[in-house]
This record gives sequence, structure tokens and C-alpha cells, in this order.
Amino acid sequence: MDASMSDESANSSVSAFERVQLARHPERPYTIDYIEYLFEDFVELKGDRRFADDPALVCGMALFHGRPVAVIGHQKGRDIKQRRHRNFGMPKPEGYRKALRVMNTAEKFDRAVITFVDTPGAYPGIDAEERGQAEAIAVNLLVMSRLKVPIVVAIIGEGGSGGALGIGVGDKTIMFENAVYSVISPEGCAAILWKDSSKASQSAESLRLTARDLYRLGVVDVVVREPSEGSHTSHQESARLLDESILNALNEVSKIPSAERIAQRYQKLRHMGDGKFL
Amino acid sequence: MSWFRKKNPRIEVVPTDERRVKTEGQFCKCPECDAAIFKRDLEESLQVCPHCSHHFRLDARSRLAMLYDEAEYEELDDEVVSSDPLHFVDTKPYTVRLEQARLSSGLPEAVINGRGRIGGHLAHVAAMDFSFMGGSMGCAVGEKITRLIERATAERGAVITISSSGGARMQEGTLSLMQMAKISAALAVLDEAHLPFISVLTDPTTGGVTASFAMLGDIIIAEPKALIGFAGPRVIEQTIRQKLPKDFQRAEFLLEHGMVDAVVDRREMRAFLIKALNFMVNPAAQVEAQTEAQSSEPQGSLTSDPDRNGHRQSPATDLKIKAQSKAQNQST
Ligand SMILES: [Zn+2]
Repeated sequence: MDASMSDESANSSVSAFERVQLARHPERPYTIDYIEYLFEDFVELKGDRRFADDPALVCGMALFHGRPVAVIGHQKGRDIKQRRHRNFGMPKPEGYRKALRVMNTAEKFDRAVITFVDTPGAYPGIDAEERGQAEAIAVNLLVMSRLKVPIVVAIIGEGGSGGALGIGVGDKTIMFENAVYSVISPEGCAAILWKDSSKASQSAESLRLTARDLYRLGVVDVVVREPSEGSHTSHQESARLLDESILNALNEVSKIPSAERIAQRYQKLRHMGDGKFL
Repeated sequence: MSWFRKKNPRIEVVPTDERRVKTEGQFCKCPECDAAIFKRDLEESLQVCPHCSHHFRLDARSRLAMLYDEAEYEELDDEVVSSDPLHFVDTKPYTVRLEQARLSSGLPEAVINGRGRIGGHLAHVAAMDFSFMGGSMGCAVGEKITRLIERATAERGAVITISSSGGARMQEGTLSLMQMAKISAALAVLDEAHLPFISVLTDPTTGGVTASFAMLGDIIIAEPKALIGFAGPRVIEQTIRQKLPKDFQRAEFLLEHGMVDAVVDRREMRAFLIKALNFMVNPAAQVEAQTEAQSSEPQGSLTSDPDRNGHRQSPATDLKIKAQSKAQNQST
């Protein structure tokens, strides 16, 4: 188990659904908070050059420990006005296409990509469907699997299904101990399989959506400890822990020659969930 | 050729659960135009209503038979079946649901892989079947489609997927989600080799299947009136709290919004695919792609294998073996 993960932490007895609630805590640090702590000279890059800018997905260039990198992350809002502006962190196709554009720019100039995942999911709405939400996500999966530069993915809060994965394919996946990553929300799963959305606590257990579970399943490479009661109790300490973890991951994958890194990324994806078929 | 040893054992259309009730006796009723249809007529018209062209759902093996030359193909990867990686239990254990799905559908999984010729072109077709747990994609479906794509890459064949799925399979959690990335990564390698991928969308195709391979085709076609989307209509209605227009997320809606190349009647599907393959299958383009890959990525590339120069590899050949041996070569 990774050194940054501590089984003796005070939170090891927290239930899956409690972690879901911590991951959604309104005071939890968001992408922009981490950008302030972790990077210097951040410059935001807006717009997908096709239709619009999507405030639910923030992109930019910045310095990470002196090294130029591309930064991409979902952004939720802190108050009602911001939440509406950020669409509750649910991107539309233009968000994923902006991310794609910035990733291609990063590749062109040989700069690593760091992504921050924190979304309830991609936006389910009429306009998003009209503009090809599914296609936008799908293209990102394909391109990220072959991008020549290093990609480090940090799941900082809610990893909501395809909306999370749309910026979540990389060489190393880091996850906070109270973050969650799931194919469907526990409420949605309970409504469909239990026909009772109040069974969310049970479905959260069944879905194995916690960092520890996903580490065991091989989906996540590194689990990062959170301050005492969760990341919302200290943004600064959370940022320090995340910074250390991203730096280690980035140093590790940057050492590998590009072609080999792509081959390793392929192998990692290739073996997702295939344990029983070998 | 050895590939065509196995004649499709079930060219006869197997009625789905939905149809089984309606097809008792000689006639069944079209849900769209209410016409009584003679069962044999419906089978002859590939489960399309002869009166109003309503497309009934079609099982995976009939799909394959309908597309391949002489309805002959080899069914592959049937040994890849779902396990229960999360030990998932809702109101029933997942293992029980799987057993029920196998019994009621008569299928080993929600996708059936075929290999054969379409218009003379080597084609690897993955046909999904909605009657197996809503065509949902778990690790076995992900593994089967990935194997199909890797095999096509190794044998320089075309890939065709026929989607019919509610999306990722909840009972395999985040591992199901990862299948989206896994299949897309395999498609990226196929793409770099300049090999064709045609995605056929049938009713319904939503969720994680749409948001991965189904929307990545060089050419994407849909059956008439098929429901296709990222989010399901119910989820959208709950989110925006308004009723959706009747044609929303139908094949024709996607065509209008530039998301598919064509809406194709099932009875014209095989002819359409042959025309597309005649355009796309071009060994000259493939050779060019190989040279390109070899000069730009002399090591570690998944697409620059010298064995690809005309030598057909055994179906068991797996890209991972080559990648590993290359990684070893590099480290020494
Ligand atoms: Zn009819």
C-alpha cells in the first residue's frame, strides 16, 4: 500500500456513504482552491473554439514546482450564485472540448497535464445532448489514452461516472481518502436496483466507490490521507498532502520515455477488471 | 478458410422476451401501426414491420448472421463471461442476476463477437444484446470488445460494433466505468493503424457505451427511431423538470444535430456497410500508417510491429505480449 495512505488514520472506520457526504461537503477545497495553493503563474484558458466557454471545467497553464504544466479541473461553486455559474460542476460538451484543446496544446509544447476530478457527473440536459455530450467525452478517452505527455489525475472530491472519466485517463491516478469514484451516484443506483433512493447508504457500500476499495481494485494508484475530519477542515494541509503526492507521481512518470509511457498507460487500462479472464 | 468452420448455429431469429409473448401463434402485432404481421414475414424482413418499417429489437446472433457474407461467421471469445468482482448484492446477488440473464437470453454475455467476411472484407463484429441485463457493459463486455479490436488490429481487419445498451453495468461499479477507457484505448491503436471502425447504433444506446466506443466510429450510423443519448430521458426530465419533445434523442434528431452520418434501415444495413468498407479498406493507407509509426516511434509503439507487414497473426496474439517484450528490450 502506498506510503501516503495510513490505515491507522482516524477516518478508517468511516462508512462509504459518510465518505460520499464528505466528498460533497460544501466547504471541501475545489479545483480553484488547489490551483491557488499548488501552482504559480496560473493563466486561465477559456473556450472550446467551437461553441462556448464552460465555467464548470477550468483549464489553464501554470508552474508546478517551477515546471510549466497544463491544469484541467471540474469546478463546483461555493455559494448559490457561483454554483449556478459553475452548473454545480457538471460540464457540457464545450467543457470537455476545451479540455481536449488544452491537452493538445500541452502535447504540442511537451508539457505535462495535471487534472482535478470533482463532479457529480456530466450535465444531463437537452443542450448537452444536442451538442454531443457522449461524443465529447468519448473523444477525450481516446486522445488521453495516447497523449505523448505525462498525465496525472487527482480525484479530489466526487468522481461522477463518465463526467469524471472524461478528464480522468492518465499515467497515475491519485485519490483523496474521502473522495469517491463511481459509475453511478449511490442515490441513482438505489433508485434503480433497490427501487428506493433511501437505500443510498447500502448501494454506496455495494458500489465499492471509496479510495481504499478502488486502490484494491487497481483503479487508483495512490491514496492520499486527509486532515483529521476531512479536507474541509484544512484546505492548506490538504493542498500540502496533494502537492507532495502529485509531485512524486509526476516525477515518476516523467522519467519514462514517451513511447514507453504510452505503452504502460495502455497496459494499465488494458488490465482494468480483467483479473478473471487471464 | 479455417475462419468459417462454424456455421452460425442459430440463423433463425430468437424472439426476445418482449416478443415472445406477442409472437405466440402465427401473428404478432406491430406496436407502432397496430398491423397484424405474419411471423415468418417479420423474420424475412429482419424484424422490421413490412407495413410501417418499425424496427423491432434484434438479438445479437441474428445481427451477425444478417451482416456476414452467406450468414457465416466464427463466434469468438465466448469463454469471457462476467464474474462478480465486487461481490455485489442489491435485492438479489449479482451472481443470481447473471445466471437468470444467461438463461433467459440464451447468451453467455451482453455482447457476441464474430469474425468473417462482409462483402469479401475481413470484419470483426461485436453485436450487443439488450436482452442480457439491458445490454449493460461490465468487465466481460469490455474485455470482449477490447479483444475484438486488438484482434482486428493484429489481423488488419475492420471493426464494426452494433450497440444496444443502457450503459455501464452498475453491479461491477467503477470497473465497468474503466471499460470505457480500456475500449477507447484499443480503438486509438486501431485508428493509428488506419483500420476502419464503423459504429452502428440501435435502440437503445445510452450512457457509458455512447460516451465511449459507440461515438468513436470513423463512420457512425443509426437505425431509424433508435433512442441514442448520453443521459437517459428520465434522468434529463428529472434534472430540467420538463417534458422532453417526442423526437428528442432519436436517431433522426442525432442526424439533424450532426452526430451520425446516416440513419439506415436495417434491410439496407449490409449493403451500406459493404459500400463503406469498399471505401475504407485500403492496404495502401495501412502500409503508409505503418511506415509513419515506425519512423516516428521506433520503440515501444503498439502499432509498429514488423509482423504486421502482411503476416496474419494467430487470433490469440495479444498486443500486451508485444508491449511487454518491448519494454523488456528497452530496459536491458
Ligand atoms: Zn408497423
